[in-house]
Amino acid sequence: MRITCPICGARDRREFTYMGDAVALERPEKGAAPEAWDDYLHNRDNPAGETRDLWYHESGCAAWIVVTRNTVTHEVYRTELASQVHEAQP
Amino acid sequence: MGFSGWRVLKEGLTGNRGWGSHWRDATPGDAYDVVIIGGGGHGLATAYYLARNHGITNVAVLEKGYLGGGNVGRNTTIVRANYFLPGNSEFYSHSLKLWEGMEADLNYNVMHSQRGQIALFHSDAQRDAAVRRGNAIINQGDDAELLSRADVKRMLPYLDYDNARFPIYGGMLQRRAGTARHDAVAWGYARGASDRGVDLIQNCEVTGIDIEGGVVKGVQTTRGAIRAKKVAIIVAGRSGQVAAMAGMRLPIESHVLQAFVTEGLKPCIDHVVSFGMGHFYISQSDKGGLVFGGDLDFHASYAARGNLPMMEHVMEAGMTLMPMIGKARVLRSWGGIMDMTPDGSPIIDKTGTEGLYIDCGWCYGGFKAVPGSGWSMAHLVATDNHHEPAARFRLDRFRTGRGLMDEEGTGSQHNLH
Repeated sequence: MRITCPICGARDRREFTYMGDAVALERPEKGAAPEAWDDYLHNRDNPAGETRDLWYHESGCAAWIVVTRNTVTHEVYRTELASQVHEAQP
Repeated sequence: MGFSGWRVLKEGLTGNRGWGSHWRDATPGDAYDVVIIGGGGHGLATAYYLARNHGITNVAVLEKGYLGGGNVGRNTTIVRANYFLPGNSEFYSHSLKLWEGMEADLNYNVMHSQRGQIALFHSDAQRDAAVRRGNAIINQGDDAELLSRADVKRMLPYLDYDNARFPIYGGMLQRRAGTARHDAVAWGYARGASDRGVDLIQNCEVTGIDIEGGVVKGVQTTRGAIRAKKVAIIVAGRSGQVAAMAGMRLPIESHVLQAFVTEGLKPCIDHVVSFGMGHFYISQSDKGGLVFGGDLDFHASYAARGNLPMMEHVMEAGMTLMPMIGKARVLRSWGGIMDMTPDGSPIIDKTGTEGLYIDCGWCYGGFKAVPGSGWSMAHLVATDNHHEPAARFRLDRFRTGRGLMDEEGTGSQHNLH
């Protein structure tokens, strides 16, 4: 599997560390209900098909990247810098 | 169909033409007391123990493919009980005892071979950790022995003892650990369940779970609707999808775990050996192939095949530990879909829906757990009470933070197990 870093270009998967579902970008507000934190920390849709997850370009530019990919075929559809995705949110 | 020495002799002399099917390939009925979703090792063992221990035989096992075609046929066949934490420790201890009686109980040869497992250590700190784990295992009532470097050298002369980075300091031996013929475990439980009246229904995919007023009523399948008083979800890597049919989100992420086998060789590796400084474990099958595996690919995946980086890592670890295997050729590699929980420990519990139960989260340890999981899950489904050795496998431990079982001590977080 190769992942295209928006800064460095297409790189070997070994340069990246997998963080998990991109739910990590949607941290609950302070004082949110325990259920919201449980969903954020533990519960996952775990789709067989398209998913969005977070990768860290550890052996490269150290960027956090949102990767949209397929969990069945390992095809990577799209990569974006997590900072831009996060800041684009309302 | 029964098995005996006489029968084997007779069939051997008459061309093995008298063997029939080991179980009935049933068609779906309208209603059952218990419907088990998933015809893998855990599902079949649950069905068997429901019938054997609780007299509940109006049971269907629904399998979307063929029986035993999932992880029970895709693992490295290791059976052991060398867990450290309360919760895991008593559960795997119970499971190992069931392994030891399994063949007599099922009247089925699962080729269970207690050849011993040696977990190597490569530093003083790892030796201390092995001593601590070994004492915990002895306290739980199982066996563990500390091996010196000289002891290991006598037992495993083929290892590289003076590797510059990872010299071997010794190992921890569990003599009762070993391997079993993985497919035969599924077949044995299938036969035992079928003989007691359980319907084993293949090519029957569950497409919906019927719930009315918070009570489970049955399932929708590709072969029609089936009513059920109780439904058990035992589907390993597919737990997320099936639980979603009941409106649940689980603390589970599915990952691929690879395994490898070489061409058949004469006997050379007599035990199960695991490397302490890289993820690598190996044994030799009775057919002669070296069966070995490593770590997860470490990203969510449903592809039943792995990626090259982890393959390379496993081969490198193997070559570091036992350079002799460089001459063996890899025949096949494959991947299984592991249902990973944040703390790396399993779940056997009720759900928020009455009559709906779930057994999942076996991570990379499901094979050795087959009998214990089946026994404890059957107990839960039949009595609505948790079976003591599995009583800590609660679904809500992540939400509450109480009773997490992080065996590796890496933290209870999805990307760390």
